[in-house]
Amino acid sequence: MTYFNIFFGEIYKIIFLLLPILVSIALIVWLDRRVWAFVQKRKGPNVVGPFGLLQTIADALKYIFKEIIVPASANKTIFVLAPIITLTLALIGWAVIPFSNEMVLANINVGILYLFAISSLSVYGIIMGGWASNSKYPFLGAIRSAAQMVSYEVSIGIIIINVLLCVGSLNLNKIVLAQQNVWFIFPLFPMFIVFFISSLAETNRPPFDLPEAESELVAGYQTEYSGMMYAMFWLGEYANILLLCALGTVLFLGGWLSPIDIYPFSALPGIFWMIFKILGLFILFSLVKAIVPRYRFDQLMRLGWKIFLPFSLIWVVLTASFLFFLDMLPTIG
Amino acid sequence: MKISRIIKTVFMADFLAGLSIAVKEMFKSKKTINYPFEKGKISPRFRGEHALRRYPNGEERCIACKLCEAVCPAQAITIESEIRSDGSRKTKRYDIDMLKCIYCGLCEESCPVDAIVQGPNFEFSTETREELYYDKKKLLENGDRWETVLAENIKADAPFK
Repeated sequence: MTYFNIFFGEIYKIIFLLLPILVSIALIVWLDRRVWAFVQKRKGPNVVGPFGLLQTIADALKYIFKEIIVPASANKTIFVLAPIITLTLALIGWAVIPFSNEMVLANINVGILYLFAISSLSVYGIIMGGWASNSKYPFLGAIRSAAQMVSYEVSIGIIIINVLLCVGSLNLNKIVLAQQNVWFIFPLFPMFIVFFISSLAETNRPPFDLPEAESELVAGYQTEYSGMMYAMFWLGEYANILLLCALGTVLFLGGWLSPIDIYPFSALPGIFWMIFKILGLFILFSLVKAIVPRYRFDQLMRLGWKIFLPFSLIWVVLTASFLFFLDMLPTIG
Repeated sequence: MKISRIIKTVFMADFLAGLSIAVKEMFKSKKTINYPFEKGKISPRFRGEHALRRYPNGEERCIACKLCEAVCPAQAITIESEIRSDGSRKTKRYDIDMLKCIYCGLCEESCPVDAIVQGPNFEFSTETREELYYDKKKLLENGDRWETVLAENIKADAPFK
C-alpha cells in the first residue's frame, strides 16, 4: 500500500511537471514563429485563438489525424522508436531543472551530469531516424547531425566545468544559490556567449541547422516521417531548445533568483523569474534564427573544434588559476 | 587578416549590428494584411472573373459579334448566335472555359459594346472542374451581381482608353 502511495505521488508530480512543459512547448512554437514573422515585418500566425495562440494546437491536431507512412524499405522497429526516443529524452531532462528552491522533481546531487548525459543521448533519436529511414537525405542529415552534436557537446562540457569550478557542486539548486551575489554571466561572459552559440548548434537551430537544411537535404533526418511521428520529432526539438534555455538560465543567469534583492522583485516567486529568464533566452534564440544565414559544414566544424574548444579550455585554466591564487576556491559539497 | 577585422570577429560586431536592426524592424508597421478579413486595394483594370453585362433596361449587351471568340488566344470562348423575332442578333450560347482562360483581357478589349468584362472578383475557386465551365446564365448572373463595381471601374478607366 505504501508502495502505491509513493508510486502515485510521483506520477502526480511528473504529470504536473510534464503538462505545463508540453503546453509551453506549444506556446513557444507560436512565439518562435511570431518573432520570426515580426523581424520580417509579417503578422505571423494570428487567426486561431487569441493572437493565434492556439495555432500550434491546431497544427498538432492536424498531425494527429494524418496518416503515418512507414517507407517499405525502412527498418520499422527503429523507425518507430526514433521519434519516441527524441521526445522522451527531451522531456526527462526537465526532472532536474529547479524552478524554485523547492520546486524540483528530483533534487539529485549530480544534476548537471544527468542533464549532460541526457542531452548527449538525444543524438541517438536523430541518428536512428536517419538510419532507419533507409533513404539518402535522412541518412546525410543524420551523419551531419551526429558530427555536429558530438563536436559542440565537447565545448559545452568544458564550459560547464568553468561554472562548476566557481560553484563546487554538481547540484543545479546549489549552482543557482552560488549566484546569489553575482550571476555567472558577469565574470564568465565570454563563456556565456560560447555556451549560447554551442546550444544553438546542439539543438540544430540556425545558423547550425545543417541536419535539416531544407535547401540541400529536403528536411534532413525527418524527411521520411509523417503525421504524429513527425510531430514528435518537432516537439522533441522544441523541448530540447527549452531545456537548453533552462540550462543556460541555471548556469549563467541565476536560475530562479530575482535580479535585484529589493522588495517588489524579491516578493515574486522563483518560478516567475525562472520562466521570465527562459523566455528571454528563447526570444534571443528566435531572433538569431531570423537574422543569420546557414554555416557551411567545414566552417561549423572549424568553429567547434578550432575556436570554441581551445578557447573554453584556456578559459578553464584562467578561471582555475584566478580562483586558486585569490584563494576563492569553493568548498566541495 | 587585418587587426580591425579580427577585433570585429571576436566581438561579433556584424552579428550585433544585425541583431539591433532586427529588433528595430520588429516594432515597425507590418507590410502584410490579414487576407481573408481585409483585402488589398486592386486597380480598376484588374482582370478577374468574367461577367456579361446588361443595359439598364435589362437587355443583354452582347450582340454575338464573336470578336471575343476570335481574339481569345486560349480559345476558351464558344458562342452560338440566333436572330430573335424582333430582328436583333443575340447569343444562344456563351460559354467560357475558365480552366483554359489565361486572363489576358483581350475579350474585354475587343468587345464593341462593353458586354464581356473581367471584374474585380478573384475568389471563385471551386471543388470540381465542371463548376469552372461557365455558361451564359452564370456569366449574366455575375454581371448582375457585380454591375455597380463594373460600371464604376469602366468609368474610372475610360479616360485612359
